[in-house]
Amino acid sequence: MSNQQQSQESHEHGSIKSYTTGLILSIILTIIPFGLVMTGALSGVATLAIIMIMAVVQIVVQVVYFLHLNEGSGPRWNMISLWFTILIVAIVVVGSLWIMFHLNHNLMVGM
Amino acid sequence: MSTQSMTNQDAHAHGHEHDDHEHHDPVATKVFGFWIYIMSDCVLFASIFATYAVLGTNYAGGPTSHELFELPFVLVETFVLLASSFMIGLATLAMNKGNKQGTMLWLALTLMLGAVFVGLEIYEFHHFIAEGAGPQRSAFLSSFFTLVGTHGLHVTSGCIWAIVLLIQIATKGLTDMNRSRLMCLSLFWHFLHIIWICVFTIVYLTGAI
Repeated sequence: MSNQQQSQESHEHGSIKSYTTGLILSIILTIIPFGLVMTGALSGVATLAIIMIMAVVQIVVQVVYFLHLNEGSGPRWNMISLWFTILIVAIVVVGSLWIMFHLNHNLMVGM
Repeated sequence: MSTQSMTNQDAHAHGHEHDDHEHHDPVATKVFGFWIYIMSDCVLFASIFATYAVLGTNYAGGPTSHELFELPFVLVETFVLLASSFMIGLATLAMNKGNKQGTMLWLALTLMLGAVFVGLEIYEFHHFIAEGAGPQRSAFLSSFFTLVGTHGLHVTSGCIWAIVLLIQIATKGLTDMNRSRLMCLSLFWHFLHIIWICVFTIVYLTGAI
């Protein structure tokens, strides 16, 4: 029993290694977008695309290495609620931008 | 995350009722309840981000994001918050080993870095307002102060929480109650750094391209 717990614990408890991996990946994924914007090495659209991708990748890195959501067993309600929240967030952000962009566009035409 | 605290409790209770613990463990239930709160906080931030995305370029003839934002300063803020997020991870690791001194040391370092972050943010806000770029200047600045200010308020409440938790651990030790509190605080702190990733990408970097 205690042996099983021990192995379970070392497997599930992130461990110093997973936190260090997360930290190093986060530092790299922070320096790249800042470097790109500060040096202006690429065109505007390319830079925008890359920094957005870097942000999404860093969020996934943090969820995996810091929050350890991908581990464990059972019904995993935290995963289900996370996906539900992502859906709501997408509706709120994309919906607002979509509607407001069209309102802006229509007003400009009116003028 | 909830599984972590479940194993903690098990170690404490010497593993009795091992099969049933998923439905009866109060620590796991608490951490999950806190997780639901964090998800609702995500929706709050989503609406503020959406507002910023809509209003972010309405400068009303005032200062633009190019003129205001200083990326090296934001990079320092980012690394301070990232380091504190790492520290609270170390605090939970020390807690899982039952190391009270270690837990308190890492938690105190987390608190210090969090306070430095809030200080940097206050300095930046003060600097903007002194330059005549206060929240009343334009729609861009109103939404900027709302978004970054809300994040700063969250970090401030996290700092207060850390102070209270330090006192509780110092006086009562690593009880089950304090363990679940630290698990919740670490969730909150990691969440705040994830929000900050969105802030520096969407506000500072996009505004400075």
